[in-house]
Amino acid sequence: MLTTLVLSRVAASAAARGQRSTAVAWRNVTAARHSAYWWVLVSGFVEPLLYLLSIGVGVGALVGGFTLADGTRVSYAAYVAPAMIAASAMNGAVAETTMNFFGKMKYMRLYDSVIATPVAPFEIALGELLWALLRGAMYSVAFLVIMTAAGLTTPLRALATLPATVLVGLAFGGIGMVLGTLMRSWQDFDYIAVGQVAMFLFSGTFAPAEGYSLVPRIILELTPLYHGVALIRGLTTWSFDWSILGHVGYLVGVAWLGLSIAARRTGRMLCP
Amino acid sequence: MSEGEPLIEARRLVKRFGDFVAVDGIDVAVRAGEVFGFLGPNGAGKSSAMRMIGCISPPSGGSLRILGLDPVADGPAIRARLGVCPQRDSLDDDLTVIENLTVYARYFGLPRKIVRQRAAELLEFVRLSERALDRVEPLSGGMKRRLTIARALVNEPDIVLLDEPTTGLDPQARHLVWERLFRLKQRGVTQVITTHYMDEAEQLCDRLVVMDHGRIVAEGAPRDLIERFSTREVVELRFGDSPLESVIAKLDGVGQRLERLPDRILVYAEDGDTAAAEVQRRRLVPTSVLVRRSSLEDVFLHLTGRTLVD
Amino acid sequence: MTRPTAMALEYFLVSYRRTWRGTIFSAFVTPVLFLLAMGKTVGTYIDARGGLEVAYLDYIAPGVLASTGLQIGIFEGSFAVYSAFHWSRCYHAMRVSPLSPSNILGGHLSYAMLRVALSATGFVLVMTAFGSIHSATGVLALPVAVGVGASVTPLVFAYSAVISTEGLFAVLFRFVMVPMSLFAGVFFPVDAMPAPARVLAYLSPLWHGVELCRAATLATSTAWGVPVHAGYLLLWSVAGFLIARRVFVRKLTD
Repeated sequence: MLTTLVLSRVAASAAARGQRSTAVAWRNVTAARHSAYWWVLVSGFVEPLLYLLSIGVGVGALVGGFTLADGTRVSYAAYVAPAMIAASAMNGAVAETTMNFFGKMKYMRLYDSVIATPVAPFEIALGELLWALLRGAMYSVAFLVIMTAAGLTTPLRALATLPATVLVGLAFGGIGMVLGTLMRSWQDFDYIAVGQVAMFLFSGTFAPAEGYSLVPRIILELTPLYHGVALIRGLTTWSFDWSILGHVGYLVGVAWLGLSIAARRTGRMLCP
Repeated sequence: MSEGEPLIEARRLVKRFGDFVAVDGIDVAVRAGEVFGFLGPNGAGKSSAMRMIGCISPPSGGSLRILGLDPVADGPAIRARLGVCPQRDSLDDDLTVIENLTVYARYFGLPRKIVRQRAAELLEFVRLSERALDRVEPLSGGMKRRLTIARALVNEPDIVLLDEPTTGLDPQARHLVWERLFRLKQRGVTQVITTHYMDEAEQLCDRLVVMDHGRIVAEGAPRDLIERFSTREVVELRFGDSPLESVIAKLDGVGQRLERLPDRILVYAEDGDTAAAEVQRRRLVPTSVLVRRSSLEDVFLHLTGRTLVD
Repeated sequence: MTRPTAMALEYFLVSYRRTWRGTIFSAFVTPVLFLLAMGKTVGTYIDARGGLEVAYLDYIAPGVLASTGLQIGIFEGSFAVYSAFHWSRCYHAMRVSPLSPSNILGGHLSYAMLRVALSATGFVLVMTAFGSIHSATGVLALPVAVGVGASVTPLVFAYSAVISTEGLFAVLFRFVMVPMSLFAGVFFPVDAMPAPARVLAYLSPLWHGVELCRAATLATSTAWGVPVHAGYLLLWSVAGFLIARRVFVRKLTD
């Protein structure tokens, strides 16, 4: 009797939390319906596609193809494409939770009015993350459709890949939310951007990690993007073994850690 | 919460930021249906008090109950029943006028159907119906403030908190805001207002506290405070460039009390005309003489020795 | 440079003293990372197949140099200019001094070109360390990189002056800068692309810059001859400056 009561209260409060975070995400959906923002949204999708064409196809003609760990031979485009989805999920989630969160907080002062409502600071951050994931998922769907049409993967594999792209977004969203609370000024974003570029270039995106010597290889295998790329590439090329669970576990762990640290920090920052 | 219990009750409430004490042990009780004011100069601690009442800034000491609840433990539940109009307009420039209301209403978990209907009613109330689909940015200062007030009402709050509701507005826009707030009072909505304008406090507040350096220096209805701390009338005397020290000695005994300001001398008297005649009789020749009724400004001057707006 | 223009330039140099640390990363570390990732890592696989006459690292290095000139120019002409109009409003502050809109534009543009030159110099030193410069003519790649910056930056200044929301920079970066950097012959020969895309590459100032830079560092010949490529960059610079000046005069005159 008492447990049902407690459980129903917990469920009710979780539902209210969910509703309030959704309301924050809804604000962005509403804003996105206005014209100027549309271009920004569309442009976010175009970038990974351009990289795929330039590096995957253009440079790919010079590279030839790669043989994956399980012996599958893939074209360079099929090798690079999954990495582009992972990187796009990273960039979207990080941009929304660091730069845009900071801008909305410090310059647009958007949250000053939100904290006066029942919405808690952490729910604001969750709502922004939810929006980032939604946006990222739309990009992923579009990109997977193109990959399927170009014969770089199959429809079923693409379907299996979609949740993995959301997981990558969630992991980077968690990291981004912590970074977002640590920002002091716009200059700090230069450091984040360099970190992103370094991961984008070296996390097994354009060439196999086996090509690196031991120390750089260990460092790159610690980055979350490495695991994101490995997971998504395993799914789109359908060449994986049990180690894929390690990638999933790593990303879940990063997401959980990031969100729990951010939960504590956002409150202190928005309500001094 | 029983009938007649104050909606807001603060006892020895304190807010500290490091070593700085913004609010230094204030006692406040706001009853249902009244308009309650915090009057004081910038930096008196009004906004800090307001943020604590709004449950977005935890108290550093003392006790605070709002709607019978504890602001630290029940913050979301209290905020659900408050309407807040902050000092700086914090409207969302990326949204249209009506979207500013509908998006905000979703933060309170209101159903969409009710939200749409209420947003239309509120725009009507603040006279912005024609601008519903416009962007917020090109609106005038007064319109933005009215929209912010409408936004604060979207959840049909039990208490509306208005932090400096007319600061930065031109006189015409101010009067329109005052008139809307008066309508709200007629509907029985409890309001808490901070202001450093004495005319605003006199116009709007049933009861107010005068704050200075984080403390309450007086409390009561505007008229009571004036009667208690000032005389019925005031004579303002200006003497051009001549030094006021020499003049003030000659005014000894005129009226009940004298105040010297950098540019003028105030003579507090029950009957201003009689006092002005006495000044003439003493062969003093002021460049200008103004007889007026006492205001809260005079109360503040008397209590702190300073003017409200420097 | 006229004296008032120099005064405007000085303003931007002084404010750069406060912000230079962060820009080292975006202006210098990022291109070097690109060079390493593509040239060294992916290059290993390309060189093994032997599709190019030179090592892939040496092939892309002059291209990345030219595109660094492009990117620094675009960055310096985007948010900084938008901010000077809308956020810091420093243009408006300068306007009430004796500086004319042309002086302001000239001063800020000169500053942007200095930033391009600085980044390009750093990058050329890295190229030298990697042994990617095969000839003494390689030193000419430096002015070419600045020339690439000069060909697009004035137009970006004009763009930043007319847009009404900073969100439109995403459009500039992703529809202009990124495609140019990826398809103007930096990472692979433009001959590999279908004809319509190749025409777009020929129209972009970056391809001409890449041709010049590559010819300089590898001591080879260019596709269409040095005067054509250099003239094309100059054409963009002059036309861009005239457009930007019109826009600045209109925007900064009541």
